[in-house]
Amino acid sequence: MATESHAPAKNRGEPLLRVENLVKHFPLTEGLFFRRQAGAVKAVDGVSFEIYRGETLGLVGESGCGKSTVARTLLRLEKPTSGRAYFDGTDIFEMSSRQMRELRRRIQMVFQDPFSSLNPRMSVGSIIAEPWVVHPGVVTKQERRERARDLLKRVGLNADDDQRYAHQFSGGQRQRIGIARSLALNPDLIVCDEPVSALDVSVQAQVINLLEEVQEEFGVAYIFIAHDLAVVRHICDRVAVMYLGRIVEIGDQAEIYERPTHPYTQALLSAVPVPDPRGRDKRQRIVLEGEVPSPANPPSGCLFRTRCWKAQDKCARDVPDLVDRFGHGHPSACHFAELR
Amino acid sequence: MEVSDLYVEFRTSVGVVEAVNGISYTLDEGEALAILGESGSGKSVSAEAVMGIIESPPGFVTSGSVRYRGTDLLKLNDRERRKIRGPRIAMIFQDAQAALDPAFTVGYQIAEMFRVHHGDSRREANAKAVELMERVHIPSAPERANDYPHQFSGGMAQRVLIAMAIALGPDILIADEPTTALDVTIQAQVMKLLAELQAETGMGLILITHDLGVVAEVADRVAVMYAGKFVETGTIYEVYETPSHPYTVGLMNSIPQLEQKGGKLNIIPGAPPVPTDIPPGCPFHPRCPLARERCVTDIPPSREVSSGRRSACHYYEEVLRGY
Repeated sequence: MATESHAPAKNRGEPLLRVENLVKHFPLTEGLFFRRQAGAVKAVDGVSFEIYRGETLGLVGESGCGKSTVARTLLRLEKPTSGRAYFDGTDIFEMSSRQMRELRRRIQMVFQDPFSSLNPRMSVGSIIAEPWVVHPGVVTKQERRERARDLLKRVGLNADDDQRYAHQFSGGQRQRIGIARSLALNPDLIVCDEPVSALDVSVQAQVINLLEEVQEEFGVAYIFIAHDLAVVRHICDRVAVMYLGRIVEIGDQAEIYERPTHPYTQALLSAVPVPDPRGRDKRQRIVLEGEVPSPANPPSGCLFRTRCWKAQDKCARDVPDLVDRFGHGHPSACHFAELR
Repeated sequence: MEVSDLYVEFRTSVGVVEAVNGISYTLDEGEALAILGESGSGKSVSAEAVMGIIESPPGFVTSGSVRYRGTDLLKLNDRERRKIRGPRIAMIFQDAQAALDPAFTVGYQIAEMFRVHHGDSRREANAKAVELMERVHIPSAPERANDYPHQFSGGMAQRVLIAMAIALGPDILIADEPTTALDVTIQAQVMKLLAELQAETGMGLILITHDLGVVAEVADRVAVMYAGKFVETGTIYEVYETPSHPYTVGLMNSIPQLEQKGGKLNIIPGAPPVPTDIPPGCPFHPRCPLARERCVTDIPPSREVSSGRRSACHYYEEVLRGY
């Protein structure tokens, strides 16, 4: 799939992370004894993007679009099928184990489920200090307790909470603990995988605010994976919309939300329920037909064509390139992209 | 239907959990009422009590009444109750896949409604099941009727559940977080289907959800629930445009908007109370910007703010004026 550099409006030097044509196919095998590959689930199928220091890139899309697989591959929790990802100039997928160790310090992750991502047998203080055990150079043994207590205060908990255990905290507080742990090693990039979707509405806002404060203070960049488009708009500088393992549109948040050109982005945005009853009967709504096809057997040409109201013969034949079609600096992968 | 002063508690080994603490509402013919609340607010339990599907023990409806066309459902025996549950009042759930029996085909399960309640023959019932599947827009219904639940996607399984719910032409459909587990484009499809069916059949809808957006799309009236109580009720426009309880105000202010990239969100401090440990007085007082001494000691009664509109805040007049 052709790619083009889509530099953000502001020039901020070299990107912190540059992903080029990332592909992750999970093989499907057949046969009990003589296993042979019968196909592949194309979870990620040629994804390219860049992230600059201190910025937030949102990855949005519905379940199965590959957004979490992108994140897992970048953390080398999955081996990519092909593609490159340069972190500060070095390809993540070619790193030696020593370089990997350093990478794991610089990229951290915050998970969706604050109930299963914290060890129930460890005190909160030890959970936060654990990264320092793995990376002993960062904070000396003597300082660890104080630093952990500082971090707890920083994320809005009490310093004395370091003696308590995860189950003694509510979901929102546990997510704060997860954020404190992710900050322990002063990372450059934090991958947040649905960090607020398990939380109550009234608690969600607290964690969103905290993530923004922390970003300002520590200058960390985020990859923010979420399905809630309003949350993504709130927190992200740039947004990539994914469908069936590919990016269909990417750009500044204002461009994506106010001038979407890909029919899928347009449908996705119009499907979000608006918390304002005024004019609900007059609202123009695109309700997509059908469901997302299986990534094991994706359609030819444009992946979205089976649900697209604009689809024509060309769409079944030619894969649309992700290119800037209107000179707005925001590329869109649709043969018939248009502003609405 | 009229629910008055409903109380539900769970008697567990760690103590009594008061899940629903005296809620009252009415549902008119064809009306869509939303019960909006966060986890642990008791919104689902209140619906299960109305349906009569609370497992007992540990759950008990300790007082109150649920009048459906004049009859108090809570006073009926199991057999009488079953004639209402399903045929007259039906319910759908968040996890549609789990609500279906994995061992039987989807067509068989829908047809069962007609066999059991109408005594239809297998052939008649199957034909009606396929018809229903077409009505909820399941593609190639005659073939898919022979599939098992695991062969259905989340959205399609929810359609099957909706088909079963409307099979016997109920007056009321209770939908408990019907789209929460679904992707946004599928959520839009299911909500559209529910609205369509409601317009077609004139059935009443009780929608239980935490999603302020979904409520704003479909509800005629809203009840906002917190710690087992309705903190305010009113028409969708009243509640969304001039909330009369600080909790509602807080909720409205704390959600990010799709139309703008915001700065800091206005948060509600703290977290919703766990049902075993509900604060005295007004249960919202530890998180409330207006809380005073009286709020810590006196439980605010639900008072009529204007015709058909109620608030359970001592200082609702202040809230209405804006603060």
